[in-house]
Parts: sequence; structure tokens; C-alpha cells
Amino acid sequence: MENVSVQQAQRQRRLGNSLKYFGLVLLALIVIFPFVLGLWTSFLPSMDIAKGSYWSTHLSLNNYVAAFTKTKILRYLFNSLVISTLVMIAHVFFCSLAAYAFVFLKFKYRDALFYIVLATMMLPFEAEVIPNFTTVRQLGLLNHYAVMIIPFLTSAFGIFMLRQAFLQIPADLKAAADVEGLSHWQFYWQVTLPYSKISLVTLAAYSFLGSWNQYLWPMLTTFSDHLRPVQDGLRQLQSEETFNDWGMIQASAAIVVVPTLIVLLIGQHYFKSGLNAGAVK
Amino acid sequence: MLESLPSTKPQQPTNHHPFTKQSTTTKVASFELRKNDKYYAWLFLGPSLLLLGVFVFYPMLRTFYLSLFLTNNFGQPTVFVGVQNYLNLLKSAPYLASLRATVTYVVGVAVLTLVLGLLLAAMANQKLRGIGFFRTIFTATMGVSVSVSAIFWLFMFNPTTGVLNQIVMFFGGQPIAWLTKPGWAMVAVIVTSVWMHLGFTFLLFFGALQSVPKSLYDAADVGGASAWYQFWHITLPMISPTMFFVGVVTLISAFKSFGLIDLMTAGGPTDATNLLVYRIYKDAFMNGNYAQASTESIILAVIIAVITLVQFKLLAKRVTY
Repeated sequence: MENVSVQQAQRQRRLGNSLKYFGLVLLALIVIFPFVLGLWTSFLPSMDIAKGSYWSTHLSLNNYVAAFTKTKILRYLFNSLVISTLVMIAHVFFCSLAAYAFVFLKFKYRDALFYIVLATMMLPFEAEVIPNFTTVRQLGLLNHYAVMIIPFLTSAFGIFMLRQAFLQIPADLKAAADVEGLSHWQFYWQVTLPYSKISLVTLAAYSFLGSWNQYLWPMLTTFSDHLRPVQDGLRQLQSEETFNDWGMIQASAAIVVVPTLIVLLIGQHYFKSGLNAGAVK
Repeated sequence: MLESLPSTKPQQPTNHHPFTKQSTTTKVASFELRKNDKYYAWLFLGPSLLLLGVFVFYPMLRTFYLSLFLTNNFGQPTVFVGVQNYLNLLKSAPYLASLRATVTYVVGVAVLTLVLGLLLAAMANQKLRGIGFFRTIFTATMGVSVSVSAIFWLFMFNPTTGVLNQIVMFFGGQPIAWLTKPGWAMVAVIVTSVWMHLGFTFLLFFGALQSVPKSLYDAADVGGASAWYQFWHITLPMISPTMFFVGVVTLISAFKSFGLIDLMTAGGPTDATNLLVYRIYKDAFMNGNYAQASTESIILAVIIAVITLVQFKLLAKRVTY
């Protein structure tokens, strides 16, 4: 009798597990289906795609060759890489300096200024494009890398996030540094930054992705093909292709998405622990 | 670098450290530092304050100012009209339709993202062989930008060759005019947006689920509580802060949707997906009606500010300022 119930329990567990796997596989398929289909069709002749027959065996790299030679997709990628990297470095730098001031410096109106900065977190950039467009036009920044970098050098969100991180630094450390005669710059550079590495990396990833995904602003402020970042570039391809050369469009999308997916895969472990450490509990 | 700071014995000078001073000078030094704070504050805060001033504060004030005027084709204010722009907008049927469409979209995206994200996280939070593979797949959409998402889904929504209609027809249904029928166009942009948000939402929920203390479940097991009971009475309360956070972030992000609309529907058909930000863009940069676009911007800003304020209020309970 004992044996029977043990077997039964085992069978039940096995059944439960297969149900769980079934659910997981189903969900995974739903999530990655658009990727897989896009990637698959990027190898198909556009003729077949236009007929809606996806079970073609005429796989080739022709669409990729077309994307690389007929479009400026590589240039778009390069532009985005440069812009996003610069934004990332500068954003972390300026936000951390400001956060340092709010945590370790004593000056008049500090709290008032902090609340003013905090208040700007509520203001969406999307609601401010009209005057911002006028501003960058008057500054002569239109159609230039700078126009996609300068407005995003700092942010209230970044300052707030790093302030929270810097507040975790033990007061003893600062006291010891004062005794040692470390200047603020030295304490900032040698202690504060290394101490808050995880928050800095999280903010860096956030700002890089934010810049990489910019859409509306570059679309308004850049007109030259050789300056276009990648999102806007794909938009351009998609609207120019009146013949709906889907094979080439999918190849371009793959060229854009595959590098990010690889970075994501590599950074995944770190990212997860970083997010958890970011204490959204 | 940290180790080189003798934090426990500050009195003892260490010769290898380049910034060590004799203990007799420390009082003077720290006094000087205090005095220097003001200059450092200017130096450290200056760039950020300048940039926030130019690109966040000034444009908000300017937008509000413009919303009280009529404007010419160059966006210059001409006639002061007070709140007339607001009154006109709130009486304008197209604008109200836009507002309704935005609410439909935003609520649809937030609710579906929350439910699906939680489902993915709960499924991935099991102890099974090869579960890491599924976790990786569930985060995959984090790497997909708005244009790529739009391209993937536009392809699937294609009325004649798209895979979705092929599936519909396989099951004997009539092909659906995705993107050209108002109701379906809304469904299409919501689905795409949910898919785009899913990876990030999953990651946050997964982190939250992992941080629920295991002892709580053990205790419930001993008490003989069912899995369903445990989910409702342990898991949900423990992750409710994350749910709230994710909900607000998704809500705000959906309110700002522009790229998806621009690429998939361009606000159509017949303005069915003409969401607030897209409308602002069209009014300002295509129709040259800067006053109306400014008014719409202020309304959008107020909506987002209110949501953010609620979030701050609730976050303040957990975050120490």
C-alpha cells in the first residue's frame, strides 16, 4: 500500500511538472514568436513573403547584403552608438556630481533646490518639445549630434537615484576623509563613485537605453541621413520602402536588434542583481 | 581605494597615502573644507541646474505661457486669450475623442502588462530543470526598441500576408483589417506596446518574487494552505509595492507613447489611435497650431504630474528622503 501511494505521488508530480513545462513553453513561444518570425523572414526572398508563403526553402543572405549596401543602416547604428555612449558617460557624470552636492555639501537653499530638482521629475519631455525645438534652433544645434546629446546630459531622475545611493555611504567614511584632508573632488572620485558602483552601472544602462530608444526628438531635430540615429533610420527605411520589401526591412531590424540582444544576454546576470540591489522591494 | 582610508584609526598618519596630513592640521583642514562647500556646490550643481533650467523649467513655463495666447506660424504669441484655449479644447469633440482613446490605450496597456508580467514571473519562479532558459527568453523584449517592435508587429498584422490573419483564416475566420479598422487598430497598438513592455515588467516582478522570504511559504505549507491561498495571502501582499511601482511606470510610459503610433497607425484610422503626444506633434509641427499644441502639452503634463505625485506619496513610505 505504501508503495502505491508513493508511486501515485510521483506520477502526480511528473504530471504537474509536464503541465508546468507546457505552460512555460507556450508563454516562451508567444514572447519570442515575433523575433523568430522576423529573423526567419529576413532570410527569405521578398517575393515569397509578398505571397505570404513563409515555408520557403530559398534561404539566403541577400536581404542582409541589400540592407548593408542599399541602406545606411550601418551608419545609423554608428550614430546611435556614438550618441548613446556620450550621453551615458556625461549623464552619469553630471548626475553624480549633483547628487554629491546634495548629500555631502552644506550650502544655502540646499533642500529647497533639491525639491525643485525633484519636481522636474514630474515634467514629461514630450510636453516640452515646442519650446525646446525653438531653443535648439536658436542655439544653432539643429541637425547636429549635439542636439541629441546636450538636452540629456543630466536628469532629475538620475540625480535622485544617485542621491539615494550616496546616502548609503557611512558617515564615518566622510569623517575619516575630512580628517585625512581629502578634498571634495578626491572624496567624490576615490570613495563615492567606487562605493556606489552598482547604482552607477544601473543608471548608465538606463541612460544608454534611453538615448538609444529616443524617437521623437531626433525625428524633429535631425534631417541628414548621415546623422540619423537608428530608430529614426528604421522609420526612414520603413516609410521609403513603398514596395514593401519586407525581407530587407526585417534584415535591417535584425541588424539593429541582434547586438542589443547579445549585450542583454551577456549583461543579464549582472543586470538582474543590479536591479534587485536597486531595492524595489 | 576604500582600503587605503584608515577609517578606524584616523589619528594615525599613514605615509603611503598621498593625502595624509598631520593630525594637528585636521581641524584647520576640515574648517577650510566647510568654507569651500559653497564653491564646490556651484561647481558640482551648476551644470545640472543650468541644463534643467534651460531644457525642463524654462520650456514648461514657456509652454504654459504660449497656451494662454494665440500664436502665429512661427510659434510666436500674438493675442492674449487667457484660458480660452483650454475651454476650446475641452469642448472640442476630436480632442475629447483623443483623450478617451488615450485612456483606453493606457489602461489596456497597463493592466495587460501587469497581468502578463506577473504570470511570466510566477511561472519562471519555479524550481525546474532548465528554468534559466525560460527566464532569459522572458527578458528578451527588453532589448527591443520601439522601431523594431513596430516592424515585427506591422509584419504580423499585415492584412493580406500577415501571419495573424493566416491563423485567423486557418481557423475559418474572416481576415481582420488590423490597423485600418478603428477598434482593431487600437487592439494592435495595445498588443504591440504590451509585448514591448513585457521584458522589463517580468524582470521587476521576478526580482520581487525572489525576495519574498521563503519562510513565509514554509509556514503556510505546514498550516496546509493551498498554492492559490498562498498566492493571494502571501505573494500578492508582499509584492504589492512592486506592482504599484510597475503599474505607475507603465502608465506614464504609455501616456508618452509616440513612436509606436507614428510607425504603426500615424494616429489613424480616422484618429482612432491619435493619442495625446501624437496629437501634440501633429498640431505643432504639421499644422503649425502652436497655441493649441501648447495647451495640449500642459494638460498632458498635469496628468503625468498627478500620477507621479501619487507615486511619490506612496514611495515616500518606503524611501527615506
